[in-house]
Amino acid sequence: MTATDTTPEARKASGTPLLEVKDLTVRFPTYDGLVQAVSDLSYTVEAGTTLGIVGESGSGKSVSSMAVLGLHDTRSAQISGSIKFNGQEIIGMSENDMRKLRGNEVAMVFQDPLTALHPFYSIGKQIIEGYRIHNNVSKKQARARAIEMLGLVGIPQPQTRVDDFPHQFSGGMRQRAMIAMSLVNNPDLIICDEPTTALDVTVQAQILDLLQKLQREFNSAIIMITHDLGVIAEIADEVLVMYGGRAVEYGVTREVLTRPEMPYTWGLLSSVPDVAGISDVLVPIPGTPPSLLNPPTGCSFHPRCTFVSQVPDNLCVTTLPVLERSSTGSSEHLSRCHLRDPAAIYETEIAPIVAPDRTESPA
Amino acid sequence: MNTAAPGLPADQPEEVSGSPSQAELLDLEAALAARPEFQPHKAPELDPTVKPILTVENLKMYFPVKSSGLIRRTIGQVQAVDGVSFEVPTGGSLGLVGESGCGKSTMGRLITRLYKPTSGRIEFDGTDLAPLSTRELKPYRSDVQMIFQDPYSSLNPRHTVGTIVGAPLVIHDVVPKKQVLTRVQELLEVVGLNPEHYNRYPNEFSGGQRQRIGIARALALQPKLMVADEPVSALDVSIQAQVVNLLQDLQREFGIAFLFIAHDLSIVRHFCPEVAVMYLGKIVEIGDRDSIYGHSYHPYTQALLSAVPDVKQAAIGGRRERIMLEGDVPSPINPPSGCHFRTRCPIAREICAKHEPPLLQVGKRHKVACHFPGELGKHPVEPLTSRLLGVDDDGNPDPGGSPDASLVTKPGYDDTWFDLDTKTFGRA
Repeated sequence: MTATDTTPEARKASGTPLLEVKDLTVRFPTYDGLVQAVSDLSYTVEAGTTLGIVGESGSGKSVSSMAVLGLHDTRSAQISGSIKFNGQEIIGMSENDMRKLRGNEVAMVFQDPLTALHPFYSIGKQIIEGYRIHNNVSKKQARARAIEMLGLVGIPQPQTRVDDFPHQFSGGMRQRAMIAMSLVNNPDLIICDEPTTALDVTVQAQILDLLQKLQREFNSAIIMITHDLGVIAEIADEVLVMYGGRAVEYGVTREVLTRPEMPYTWGLLSSVPDVAGISDVLVPIPGTPPSLLNPPTGCSFHPRCTFVSQVPDNLCVTTLPVLERSSTGSSEHLSRCHLRDPAAIYETEIAPIVAPDRTESPA
Repeated sequence: MNTAAPGLPADQPEEVSGSPSQAELLDLEAALAARPEFQPHKAPELDPTVKPILTVENLKMYFPVKSSGLIRRTIGQVQAVDGVSFEVPTGGSLGLVGESGCGKSTMGRLITRLYKPTSGRIEFDGTDLAPLSTRELKPYRSDVQMIFQDPYSSLNPRHTVGTIVGAPLVIHDVVPKKQVLTRVQELLEVVGLNPEHYNRYPNEFSGGQRQRIGIARALALQPKLMVADEPVSALDVSIQAQVVNLLQDLQREFGIAFLFIAHDLSIVRHFCPEVAVMYLGKIVEIGDRDSIYGHSYHPYTQALLSAVPDVKQAAIGGRRERIMLEGDVPSPINPPSGCHFRTRCPIAREICAKHEPPLLQVGKRHKVACHFPGELGKHPVEPLTSRLLGVDDDGNPDPGGSPDASLVTKPGYDDTWFDLDTKTFGRA
């Protein structure tokens, strides 16, 4: 851990969260115009907890987390707002300082381990490199540490596998090696960008178990980016639903997934079939995700929303709703919608489809 | 099929970004509701009386593994598909699930005869497709079509949509040249695209729309059977449901049978009344929806089902107890002896290493290949198959026993089956 004036203990006492993202806006100028990838995004992550970010491709979920790692080229991306990690401001930080942070206190697990690992270097070498950059240790010590990490993530015979190359590992083992690499410096925050999307379900279950076990062990915070609401339901403490570069619903997982208030979240829940067969009806969201070059006016979801006519004065088209606590909702649950009583609509129209076992069907 | 007016938001999201009035919004909602695939869709039910359109019997596909060097000798075989039998009912659908490398995509390519099988029969509508030459196959090509997984690599970027969808019509000479365009436009309308967009290139469409183009192309020759190889796994969640519903509408409208290959167990559950689970080139369990998802007997099926993350878990919080499989799928070049699953199986015993379990019918429409078939937590202590195989409970040859002659894996289901409770063949 680097010597910052805010040690975890001091931070906990003062009540500042581990990661605080405030009004983050990321824009990319292109030949076709300004891509509004992320707009006014705010969230916090506490140490030892998991935040799930859900959204479709192009909803800004990866772009926002790459900003936390300072991975955007400042010459081509326009970033504003504030990202405070352990009390330090990340936006505008010099590349030198950023390098001390990256891989040491904040680490990332990428979606496709085959492209994220270097094919030319052995797994051990790649882990050792990351360890020696941040720790003044001998090669021998670093190698011992790499073997220890590989054993920790459940790779059999780590003493010999440490010299293997990525192509000699299977998909699940590569992802384990990626996790070992990201954990080697005991980071406070791990950003997992679709860590299990490229894996089979049985291997996915192994990796999710591993992440949870390691989180308990090291008390790291995890940002889990995924499009699978099932993964969110099982491992995230809080969930952030993104659409068109904005947060549309944010709160405690249990609240958001059992009492969602935003029609987009309703659509996500009803368009995924259920493996247990409790709901056998599939209701898709009509239309396609919006273009970020020319986002819709007002609420970015209105062209696909089937509840637009229930809001008076064309508000959905003209005014962007605020991310706030709905009149009937709990304080741990924010949503961005003009509907006056979304809870009632959910109970009568959506819940009978997505959770018929919990509600009595009115029909 | 309800073909809605062109100009839907599905086709041109940019056109609705203006500031429509409340009345226009109501029109928009009406237009959205008009497309049938945006309506709620129920899962289809099985009709057991329908005759099969496709019967696959003991199909095998072995790919040679060549040595490196000048003389490339064959040093091994990848047993991608190893003795698979099943039936697809006319106008119905069979789901094929399994992990990557289990041979489900090879299966799809065998049925469309993109590969020539090593041995076995592919009986389509009374004709065995397996031994036919390319020229002999041509009349059948129009009856069996394929939808590919990746809508980005399966469409030629230098051809317009009209050329892509019209190509099968021209090749098979189905309609006169002058009418190709009209037919293409009809097809585009059927799959929910704007017919005026026939002149555009694939890069001008989103992933979901491209998959619709692929579906229109497969539909062009009015096939009787469609092989859908992971048709929605490359698409966004909200688009997946649209495409699944579209396929369901097309199936109902045109009576197309589907072999639906996917790794997503919940999509397969919704689309297919019958499901086959594959592991390392073999079917380990096959049956109707209720048998597979409700009372599966094979430990692999049970592990697969328990590994699926469940949204409903949010109400309880935390992760539920699941069967954890160790490691990954073994290499199909050198599969484990006996039962292929035994290296990862939580209940494997000695007999599993010595004998391959037969695919035994254990219910009206339910077959399972396991020595210890039983519901989760109720697997029998003694292997049920030892007497049928003529061996003792540890798999050693039994001097008094001989293998049962009725253990030949056939497609379809018999009227009698092995009852798990009485451990004898009988009728329910």
